[in-house]
Amino acid sequence: MESFAPAPEPAANLAEGEQRLLEALRQGDDSAFEALVLKYHSSLLRLARVYVGSHSAAEDVTQETWVGVLRGIRSFEGRSSLKTWIFQILVNRARTRAARETRTVPAGLPGAGESEVPQDRFMNPGHPNWRPEWHRHWALPPASWGNSPEKELLAEEAKALLLRTLDRLPALERSVITMRDIEEWPAQEVCNVLELSETYQRVLLHRARAKVRNALERYFANTGKTSSSGARI
Amino acid sequence: MNNAGPMGCEELVELITDYLEGSLAVADQDRLHSHLAECPACVEYLEQMRLTIRALGKLSADSIPPPILAKLLRIFHDWKASA
Repeated sequence: MESFAPAPEPAANLAEGEQRLLEALRQGDDSAFEALVLKYHSSLLRLARVYVGSHSAAEDVTQETWVGVLRGIRSFEGRSSLKTWIFQILVNRARTRAARETRTVPAGLPGAGESEVPQDRFMNPGHPNWRPEWHRHWALPPASWGNSPEKELLAEEAKALLLRTLDRLPALERSVITMRDIEEWPAQEVCNVLELSETYQRVLLHRARAKVRNALERYFANTGKTSSSGARI
Repeated sequence: MNNAGPMGCEELVELITDYLEGSLAVADQDRLHSHLAECPACVEYLEQMRLTIRALGKLSADSIPPPILAKLLRIFHDWKASA
């Protein structure tokens, strides 16, 4: 069918690989679509799960996203990267779905309000052993995580704990840490998809990482794998 | 930010993400490095933060089940047919 709409300009923002992929998709190339799905589906699903209450709802949202991608692919102008555009579609759909589920997106679940590192871990004037030269230094320093924490962290138990901890974070913190540290996206792409300033993205990442570290600290303390990291003040 | 004096542990903990993200001002970065040079507890904290990030990175590997891929390809074919 002849189209009267002018073909979209070759998009300045697209990498050459993405431009080629985009053209192949528009021409209905199965292997191009399959490559795109293999590349992004798991990440889309994981991010959808941040917003909606169940795995099956996340699967629905992810499938709807692919339908949305196909619906929009011919008019996609490449103002953002193809990846950013696809993930923006997902976030919009997941948010809509979450609103319908009345799962309160920004609030998160109990435990979400936990502070990053409790203030009483530092020497402040109220502390019984306070001395001016120790002001704002560790009162309760982090204990060592043992000799091979890297190995311990691969255990299924540790992974399960990480997933549970992520699940308790407020949605926006969870989105940011998922994309940055699980999916290993650059900060700028996360800012683009979630429409966050760089500074706020960093604040959210900071809070989320600190809470995950705290959970791991408790994990290592409970499994008895810690040893004291030197003198406690 | 208190740029005047040496950095305390609490400030290091507050700035650690800025540091790891490479978005700390040079002066603060110098103060942070000076602090690390004499504070094993903060070296430990920094290492634990790096371990935390690496542990999260290990959660990513999962693949797409073949039935889902087949379903998505059917959607693609329908799209082609309707275009």
